Amino acid sequence: MRDIIIIGSGPAGFTAAIYAARAELKPLLIASSVEIGGELMNTTEVENFPGFPEGIMGPDLMGKMQAQAERFGTEVVYDDVVELDVEGPVKRVKLGNGGGHEAKSLIFATGSAYRKLGLPEEERLSGHGLSWCATCDGFFFREKTIAVVGGGDSAMEEATFLTRFADKVYVIHRRDQLKASKIMQQRAFDNPKIEFVWNAEVSAIHGDTAVTGVTLRDTVSGDVSALDLDGLFVAIGNDPRTHLVHGKLDLTAEGTIAVDGRSSRTSVPGVFAAGDVIDPTYRQAVTAAGSGTVAALDAEHYLAALEDTDGEPAAASAEAAEVDELVAVDLADATR
Amino acid sequence: MTARAVSEATFDQEVLQNDKAVLVDFWAEWCGPCRAVSPILDQIATEHSDKLDIVKLNVDENPGLAMKYQITAIPAMKVFKGGEVVRTVIGAKPKPILEQDLAEFIG
Repeated sequence: MRDIIIIGSGPAGFTAAIYAARAELKPLLIASSVEIGGELMNTTEVENFPGFPEGIMGPDLMGKMQAQAERFGTEVVYDDVVELDVEGPVKRVKLGNGGGHEAKSLIFATGSAYRKLGLPEEERLSGHGLSWCATCDGFFFREKTIAVVGGGDSAMEEATFLTRFADKVYVIHRRDQLKASKIMQQRAFDNPKIEFVWNAEVSAIHGDTAVTGVTLRDTVSGDVSALDLDGLFVAIGNDPRTHLVHGKLDLTAEGTIAVDGRSSRTSVPGVFAAGDVIDPTYRQAVTAAGSGTVAALDAEHYLAALEDTDGEPAAASAEAAEVDELVAVDLADATR
Repeated sequence: MTARAVSEATFDQEVLQNDKAVLVDFWAEWCGPCRAVSPILDQIATEHSDKLDIVKLNVDENPGLAMKYQITAIPAMKVFKGGEVVRTVIGAKPKPILEQDLAEFIG
C-alpha cells in the first residue's frame, strides 16, 4: 500500500506531488487520460504566475511542474479514476483501465469543468461552431464573426486571443460591467475587433449542422434580438468537479468540497482536497498551487500521526485538528 | 503502432478509396487535447488493425481538407466508409468512451 495518492494534474495536484515527493512519500499522481495538466493546458500566455516575468505558455508551465514533481520521485499515471473508496484507513481508487491502487491518504485535486449555458441545442452544436476552448478551435474561425460569452478573465483572454483569427469578436455579458481584472479589461476595450454586448444573455443558439447565430435576451428590458455568428465561445465560469465524491465527502453550498478551516482536511480522515475543487472564489493557478502545498503538508502530518498511533486514523485527525486550533490562537494573538 | 499521417496528396487513396473503415484524426501541433488523445488512438489502431485503419491529418498543413470537412474543433475524428463520413467524434475522450463511440467499427 502506498502512503499517498494524488488525483488531479493541475497546479494543485503537481504542487502537492512536489511537496509529498520531497517528503519521500513516493506519491502516485493520477493525471487523467486526456486532460493531463488541467485547465492551463488550454491557455496561452500565463502572465500572473510569479517567477516568469516574461510570461510562460500554460502547457510549458504544466510541463515544468510535472518535471519537477517527477524529479523527486512522483509516479504519474495517465488514466482516469472511475471509482473511489474513501471510508476506513485504506483508500482505494479504481482506474478506467480496470486497475486499482490503495493508499493510506488521498489528495483530491480534480479542479473544475467548464460551465455550460444549459441550452438544449448545446450538445448538438458542440464542436460545430460552439466551443469552450479558444486556443483549440480559434484557428478555424479565420475572417469569421464570432462571439465570446462571459465577463471574467477567461472571457477577455479568449476574446483577445480570437482576434488573431476572427474579423469580429463580440463579447456577450449579462451585466453592464466586467468581472475581469483591469489589465485584461483594458486589453479587450482597446482591441478594435472586439465589440461588447452588455446586459445580454444567450437564450438560444441557431443552426442545424453548425452555429449560425444566437438569440439574445436583454437582462434589463427583457427585449429579444438576434445576432448572426459563425462561432460561439463559452467562458462563463467553471464548476467544481466533484462527481467522484458525491455522498462520500461533505460539500459546501457552492458545490465545492468542504474543508476544515484553512486546512485541506475533508469530512473523511485521511482525505485531503486542494485547488479549484475546494475554491469557489479565487481559482488562480498560484492559489491552486498554494492549496496543493497545504494538502501535502496536511497529508504528511496525518501520515506521521498515523505512525505514532499505530494506524488509528481517528486519533491522527483529532491531533491535527488540535494543532490547527493552536495556530488559530497564535494568529489571533498576533492581530491584537 | 503509430497511426500514419495522410495529406491532401494521399487522402484520396488512403481514405476515400480504402476498402476498410478509416478513422481520420484531424489534429494540430498546438492543440493540447490532440496530443492527449493521440496515444489512445495509436492503441486502438494497434488493437483493431484488422477492422479499422487509423490515420492522422494535420490541419495546419492540409487546410483545404479541414475546410472541406467543416472542421471547427479539434481533435475531430471522422470515420470514413466507402468515401463517406459515417461517424464524427469531437474532443479528446478517455479510451473506454472512445471505444464506445467507435463500437460499431471495432466491435
